[in-house]
Amino acid sequence: MSTNSIVDEGFLRPEPPLTPRTTAFWTSGHDGVLRITRCEDCGQWMHPPRPICRVCQSQSISSTAVAGTGNVFSFTVNRYQWSPTIEPPYVIAEIALDDADVILMTALIECEIDAVSIGMPVEVCFAISGDTFIPLFRPVVP
Amino acid sequence: MSANFEASAVVSGIGMSRVGRRLELDPWLLTTEAALEAISDAGLTTDDIDGISTYPGAVWSTPGITGAGCDDVRSLLGLRTKWHSGGGERPGQLGAVIDAMLAVHAGLATHVLCFRTVWESTAQQYLGGRSAALNKSADGKILPFGRELDQWTAPYGIGYPSHGALRMQRYMAESGATREQFAQLAVVSRANAGLNPQAIHRDPMTVDDYLTSRMISDPLCLFDCDVPVDGSVAVIVSRTGTTDSSRAVSFQAIGSAAGVDESCSMMWSRTDLKPSDIDIAEIYDGFTIYAVEWIEALGLCGNYEAGELLEGGSKISLNGEIPMSTNGGQLSAGRLHGFGSFHEACLQLRGEAEKRQVPNSPQIAAVTSGAESFSSALLLGAPR
Repeated sequence: MSTNSIVDEGFLRPEPPLTPRTTAFWTSGHDGVLRITRCEDCGQWMHPPRPICRVCQSQSISSTAVAGTGNVFSFTVNRYQWSPTIEPPYVIAEIALDDADVILMTALIECEIDAVSIGMPVEVCFAISGDTFIPLFRPVVP
Repeated sequence: MSANFEASAVVSGIGMSRVGRRLELDPWLLTTEAALEAISDAGLTTDDIDGISTYPGAVWSTPGITGAGCDDVRSLLGLRTKWHSGGGERPGQLGAVIDAMLAVHAGLATHVLCFRTVWESTAQQYLGGRSAALNKSADGKILPFGRELDQWTAPYGIGYPSHGALRMQRYMAESGATREQFAQLAVVSRANAGLNPQAIHRDPMTVDDYLTSRMISDPLCLFDCDVPVDGSVAVIVSRTGTTDSSRAVSFQAIGSAAGVDESCSMMWSRTDLKPSDIDIAEIYDGFTIYAVEWIEALGLCGNYEAGELLEGGSKISLNGEIPMSTNGGQLSAGRLHGFGSFHEACLQLRGEAEKRQVPNSPQIAAVTSGAESFSSALLLGAPR
């Protein structure tokens, strides 16, 4: 985890609503750490968050810190404006985390849009929007 | 195999309204055009209709994605129904047809009017494009009345095409399929649309046209996307034996499981028919990648072999081994959301598809709707 995990993109991303189910995920970045829902009984990772394990139905669910590193499972360069604040083109990616068996659909920043490839190593960073810390990813600088 | 519940019902009539871009017509008018045509096609009158089923009904969604609900149609046509159902959480858009079959099988209704009305093309002028439906306020906050699911996409600017693009990118990497192969879905659909007077885009398209069209969300380009339109399709699901059997399209099997693969597996488990029995495939092509996923799930080729099947386009053309999207599909005939494909399958099985009629009297059609966990697959049979 690099020290400058909070990024200022110069615009505000739409702020997700905080609910009992999702507050832990959307605020996890306050200390620069990505956390993913995990079952404390059987170890199952889950995303998006949920209050019960999808494998063993345990309610012992925690928001568990992960390394925040992973690689690109798939990606796309979006050319169309879907949000009044996010100017295209930009890269949307599915990221497979290194140490948790989940794939996050997120944005890839701080990279050339034509320099992304499947398998590319990336790390998490966070954009602040209101009370939330939106997880984004960027290439790992060797 | 003993008769499944599918044998209880038939498609007794079909109807389609005017279809077009920016028709500037009331979607209730379109709905009644399709409904009355279907009722008449079945040899029935409005007095005979005792059930209604639709997707998704009178709910608020992206602009123009729904043009009428059950109550609207009951009131518009003066129907006296015993059963109705409309909603979005179904096994694909054609889940509305499956529901009608169940109602007929259960004896709750004898003739169910199933319909799907869209008026996106006109509504987007009045209400904004699909991005308007992400329910953001001016300062970018996701409003509380938006769908809860939007929180996973709106902060990242993820629209519908990017969902398809992510799947397409990964599929191409895993399978080795090329954009030239994907292009054949668009090119063949367009050629078929040229023979369909009701299709939206009828000018010929080449592979080069596809390759040079603008990117929407790489690698997904404009011609990988279906076309929002105004239009309505209605079909009548009747109890078997209550209408003219020489024009009744049969249900051979349905699959309603959550998932494209799961729906197809379920469908094949309910019939002795095999993928090689499919004469035509009217599959859901909201994006070309969705069609590719359906092609493989139906068993028309092996996993990651769709690129080979599509290569050159000849196998999926009207005279090919497995004609697809014979009306132009949603890519060129317009996003009638599964119901357009269903209508076309019935026309083909009845031998009434005129200039685009597939030769040698197709007997079995596969029709699919939806994508991912919102999915259904149906096998239809020609009248006997």
